[in-house]
Amino acid sequence: MNGRLTRILAPIVLLLLLLAAWELGVRGFNVRAFILPAPSRIALAFISNIQLLGWHGVVTLLEIVVGLLLGAIGGILLAISVFYSPLLDKALYPLIISSQMIPVFAIAPILIVWMGYGLWPKVTVAALISFFPLVVNVSDGLREPTEESVDLFRSLGATRGQIFRKLRWPACLPTLFSGLKVSATLAVVGATIGEWVGAHQGLGYLMLQSNARLRMDLVFAAILMLAILGLSLFGLLRIIERRVVHWRAPRKDVQEV
Amino acid sequence: MSSSLLQVHDLSKHYRQRGINVHVLDRLSFALEGGTWTTILGPSGCGKTTLLKILVGLERADSGTVLVDGAQVPQLGSIAYLPQHDTLLPWRDALGNAILASEIDGRSLKEAKREAIELFEHFGLGGFEFVYPHQLSGGMRQRLALIRTFLAHRPILLLDEPLGALDPLTRATLQTWLLEVWSELRKTVLLVTHDAEEALLLSDRVLVLSERPASLQRDQAVELPRPRDRGSADLVARKTALLDLLLVSGGA
Repeated sequence: MNGRLTRILAPIVLLLLLLAAWELGVRGFNVRAFILPAPSRIALAFISNIQLLGWHGVVTLLEIVVGLLLGAIGGILLAISVFYSPLLDKALYPLIISSQMIPVFAIAPILIVWMGYGLWPKVTVAALISFFPLVVNVSDGLREPTEESVDLFRSLGATRGQIFRKLRWPACLPTLFSGLKVSATLAVVGATIGEWVGAHQGLGYLMLQSNARLRMDLVFAAILMLAILGLSLFGLLRIIERRVVHWRAPRKDVQEV
Repeated sequence: MSSSLLQVHDLSKHYRQRGINVHVLDRLSFALEGGTWTTILGPSGCGKTTLLKILVGLERADSGTVLVDGAQVPQLGSIAYLPQHDTLLPWRDALGNAILASEIDGRSLKEAKREAIELFEHFGLGGFEFVYPHQLSGGMRQRLALIRTFLAHRPILLLDEPLGALDPLTRATLQTWLLEVWSELRKTVLLVTHDAEEALLLSDRVLVLSERPASLQRDQAVELPRPRDRGSADLVARKTALLDLLLVSGGA
């Protein structure tokens, strides 16, 4: 079969098979809807509540995007400063690593106390969880150019600023985008956690409310909406990545037989 | 002697590597005349790259002086340097790579591009202006890197084994090509190689270095007319003599 066609069809077929098994399982074993709703029921709940989901989805999306932006900018700036200041590197890096051992779940309630129930605690959780991959990836990316490339620039009399702008920054873009894609998925998690801990709007809030009312179909519909948001964001980043890092040699998929 | 474009006097260099003191250069002296091609020939690991880095100003010698046009070096930016391995920027097309030096100098980009396109046309890269390095063959990439070095508009070009990584056929083609470019542009070139034939084919003068610590072992003029025939008896005899010299000093 055609490789491209397989790549598109294979996951769709698998998903359909899983959904069919789910549907049949629920009907066959007579599982009640407040325990596990059938996919058809979730789809119905999704369509009939599309306005509600859309409204809460916009709130959550805003938290995700603002959180990701702040986390990304912070992560990139931190990586650059750590790269250029060995002292800062020694002082900060252990702290940054240690900070990642603290579960965000533990910080979220504190943020609610400090910042209230609005947008900012969720944005902060999303930013905190999404900055780390960028710190790591941008740090690695800035070290990507070989000593000889740096020598070439220095031999031409380039300033440190020129070496950064014309060599290190472009060289770090591929890893930056890899980090950004990981961060985007984390930001979705972060915003949802922020909403679970305390909110009066957003998909996380909708999930908790529906869960409490045993409206399991709506819980799943909210999860579906969240997945759609996350995938769209990921897809958007891939499109931007292809435009920015267009010079990268296409990777051939190597198949092991 | 004071008219020489590059004067190297009594250059010595040590460095410490894993706690061991390595003596790399030992009171090395030579001078380059403007518009000539000089090749430094030496056994692998004899300190050729260290010498180039000192000349360019990337590293400092322990003692000795380097004068470019009578002025004290190291002054970064006064000599064009082509490092040994591929240093093309993958995110720039061929033209963008070629004009790098002009960009760093803050010269007019329009002018630099016009000039680069002319050189591309003239030296067999015409039509490849907007192609990215990963789409070029090894030989093409090296041509581009050399054009970039010529376009730096520095009085002296230092080339660190620019053809070392190429297969023999591409290498022979590029030697001819390089000679053509040089004959037209008449820059002062200092080439580093460990290939005696390449040294004799291209240069006006061959400086033979000894094993580490490198000192000047022989300063040999090559007064044969160009283009030279690599099969001619004279060239083969000279090559044999150079190899003998290298073998004695290399001790391997």
